Amino acid sequence: MTFDHIRSAALAAAVLTMAGPALAEPLFWSTQAKPVEETQRMREQVMAGFPGGVDYQPSDEGPWITRIQAEAQAGSGTIAVLGGLHGDLSSLGAMLVDLSSIDTSAVGAAMLELGQLGTGEQKYIPWMQATYLMVANKKALPYLPAGADLNALTYDQMIAWTKALAEGTGGPKFGFPAGPKGLKHRFFQGFLLPAYTGSTVTEFRSAEAEGAWNVFKELWKYTNPASTGYGFMQEQLLTDEVWVAFDHVARIADAFNQRPDDFVAFPAPAGPKGRAFMPVLAGIAVPTTAPDQAQSLALIEYMLRPETQIATLRATNFFPVIATEIPADMPPSVRASAAAIAAMTGAPDALPALLPMGLGDKGGQFSQIYTDTFERIVLNGQPVRAVLDEEAAVLRALMVEANAPCWAPDLASDGPCPVK
Amino acid sequence: MSKTTVHHAGNRLFLAAVVLACVWVLVPIYLLLINALSAPAEVTGFPKWFWPSFDLASIRFFLGFKGVTAALWSSVQVAVLTMVMAIGTGAPAGYALARFDFPGKQVFRFLVVMTRAFPLPLLALPLAVLFIRVGLDDTVLGLALVHTTLALPFAVLITYSLFSGIPYELEEAALTLGCNRVQAFFKVVMPLAAPGIAASAVFAFVVSWNEVFAAAVLTIEHRTLTAFLLQSLDVSPLPLKFAGGAALVVPALVFIFAVRKYLFAMWGIANR
Amino acid sequence: MPRLLPYLLLAPATAFLCLFFLYPFSLVAIDSLTRDGTWSLANFERMAGHWKFGPTLRNTLLLAAIVVPLQLTLALLMASMVTRLDRARGMVLYIFAIPLGISDLAAGLVWLAIFEQSGFLNSALSGLGLIDTPQLFLGYQSKGVIFTAVVLTELWRATAIMMVILVAGMGLIPKEYGEAAEVFGASRWQRFRRITLPLLKPSLQTALILRVIMAFEVFAVVLALGGTNLPVLMSETYNWQFTMQERGVAAAYAMVILAISVGFTVLILRLLHVPKEARP
Repeated sequence: MTFDHIRSAALAAAVLTMAGPALAEPLFWSTQAKPVEETQRMREQVMAGFPGGVDYQPSDEGPWITRIQAEAQAGSGTIAVLGGLHGDLSSLGAMLVDLSSIDTSAVGAAMLELGQLGTGEQKYIPWMQATYLMVANKKALPYLPAGADLNALTYDQMIAWTKALAEGTGGPKFGFPAGPKGLKHRFFQGFLLPAYTGSTVTEFRSAEAEGAWNVFKELWKYTNPASTGYGFMQEQLLTDEVWVAFDHVARIADAFNQRPDDFVAFPAPAGPKGRAFMPVLAGIAVPTTAPDQAQSLALIEYMLRPETQIATLRATNFFPVIATEIPADMPPSVRASAAAIAAMTGAPDALPALLPMGLGDKGGQFSQIYTDTFERIVLNGQPVRAVLDEEAAVLRALMVEANAPCWAPDLASDGPCPVK
Repeated sequence: MSKTTVHHAGNRLFLAAVVLACVWVLVPIYLLLINALSAPAEVTGFPKWFWPSFDLASIRFFLGFKGVTAALWSSVQVAVLTMVMAIGTGAPAGYALARFDFPGKQVFRFLVVMTRAFPLPLLALPLAVLFIRVGLDDTVLGLALVHTTLALPFAVLITYSLFSGIPYELEEAALTLGCNRVQAFFKVVMPLAAPGIAASAVFAFVVSWNEVFAAAVLTIEHRTLTAFLLQSLDVSPLPLKFAGGAALVVPALVFIFAVRKYLFAMWGIANR
Repeated sequence: MPRLLPYLLLAPATAFLCLFFLYPFSLVAIDSLTRDGTWSLANFERMAGHWKFGPTLRNTLLLAAIVVPLQLTLALLMASMVTRLDRARGMVLYIFAIPLGISDLAAGLVWLAIFEQSGFLNSALSGLGLIDTPQLFLGYQSKGVIFTAVVLTELWRATAIMMVILVAGMGLIPKEYGEAAEVFGASRWQRFRRITLPLLKPSLQTALILRVIMAFEVFAVVLALGGTNLPVLMSETYNWQFTMQERGVAAAYAMVILAISVGFTVLILRLLHVPKEARP
């Protein structure tokens, strides 16, 4: 009996070791779908269809980038496919293989251009997309200023609304993801500043930008002061700590899925220059050290299939990058955000702002400038003019160092994008 | 008579202090468990209840999570290996520091302290490159080696303070009674130091158990439970955060409970 | 006695530290002192020139200065309790040791659940009828409250390490010393001051060094409770290394953490010097 046990265990071990290399699942090393439930759905609903299976491993940006750099330096690796946001991938240019051989005819040209990272090669293939939206608890709707249309709010109406909420409920009820994991910098880059200046970079220190920051300071008065710890607004929406919030669609999804009848999603507010908004684009790439390039390419092609893209939407609340019919039986979060995104992108005053392009590994420092400006002006109460002048100098130096031309909504430039 | 009354009052005060200290330690653990054992709507609701509703949905999610058992097994392997290596290399070093004066002693002590004082996430990149080159990447042993480096300062410094607390005369007496150095160590010093060594072994275990960063970089197939769960917890919905937190804390508590008699024995030696 | 014995005993640990610490460390140290392949202090200049460096350094030092002494007192108290108990000693020691097993991330999670606006503290206060609406404790204007919350969490989380080391040390103090002093009429406090504390020096040293070093690397708890309000050295190291991808500046921050830690270690060794002749 015991002997049999030992023998079968030894046999099993032998089989496992022998079968190991042959069964090697490609390693999908990703910064996306990190919340445990999303990871579970990625593995069970999205990756399961790939022949032989996929080892989908999400990880924090720190370990993610460290592992990639280590494999590149060591010259050999186990990662088959990289998944990350445009910003995550844009610093990796030299470590990625050219994916021009993949059939991308179904993917939009603008997204594909982002994926070239300013080189002539297709460094990453667009994988999934999203944007940021506003969410309100339905309890907050009676406090809307008279005549305001939820789908066509202005920043001034936002302030009036949050003010009425703060005064009517006894405490500030607007929430903003300004915590360490929050995506605040994208709000300033893609929403607030373009809405007031029509620009992200060039007009950084203009009088209009000064005005925009003063508007935000006003809004901040009616913002929950605990916002500096917020990362995913779905949490505070569900605890009723905040009633109105701004965040990434994937970070508000849980509110709709848990209490679909209690919340509404709506477009970001508009400023004098229009209703500015910024997309979120995630891409997939293959590192030069991938153990089996053919398998990696096969996995990327699999990720672009319509049924995979729909399964990804279900799993992560990120929308497909290819034109495809979205079925009706989607989770409440997808239905709510799809309607609001359509209202935002289709608005007559819509002003799309693109993701930063051509910054290479300076993307993080670029965002830090906007975060620093926010912390200095709004949290530390430093004078707006002086802070903008100082940070503009940092921004100017960064654009020159990265030699990055302007991107929309800034007007195209010949050399590095100027900061006036 | 009056002296015993004072004594009694003092005793009561003392017991109250002990109970208070226990409550201080236990209440946050209790709150974690309440949240782990409650339904999602209760976890996000307000005001909160101070008694769990024993809704096991969140906990069950983790138990059913693909790869949890494999990760748990990896964690245990790495932690045990770390424990053995940390004590095996740390205790001799602690003994040498306590018993001998020799050139280079201060240099060694600083090396030990520096190891603990430098942020690991920055060391992870060169270590990962090294491991990939020599084939230690994604192995239980490789990660245990890094964790041992992290746990060594604890092992060295704690055993050092223990050994310096044990009178050298005891060993000398054994030597004059005909033991050789090795015998003297194992017959006289070891029984006295064993509980303290066990305590530093507990540290080593816990250091390894809770380490996230190196584990996340250096293991893929052999992910530890911490790398597997913890790094995705802070972005997960609130109820799962707590259930996952509990899933990590409970095994560590069980481990400390299992070795508590060694911790307990630490006191026993004072009654020698 | 063979001269080589101590070196022989140190050899395995030294080999370990050289290979897995000193080697990667020197690469990072070189990173901090070079810019584009040439030796330069540019990384340190960039670090010190950033507006956040000052507050970061101040927060870290202030936090350590408040947490460590409180923690030492609490650990001594708890260790004395354990040694004085007759019954249930094992159970109490186990309970006191529980936070050992809890990572800083998990501790931050638990204490955030207590202090957040919809958290347990507010639930208890409103349950007792002390407040009508939930109070905001962790807002960015109330840095004092955030600071206190972080101090409490650190006290809760990391006292156990010091306590266990001190209990081990107290166990080694021969009981006869205390008994003799009692015969001569020494009070409990006198016995503690004159006998326990001096004989505890080696353990105190160890406990303090380990704790102080960890205090300068405080990170996850501050992030969980303080968000961006309480930047510390370690959070900035992370930020430069991973978000901004300036490895040189991150390495410079790491060198600062190391320098402070080594400085304080020297200080503790000086203050708690155990003269050779005084060793038991």
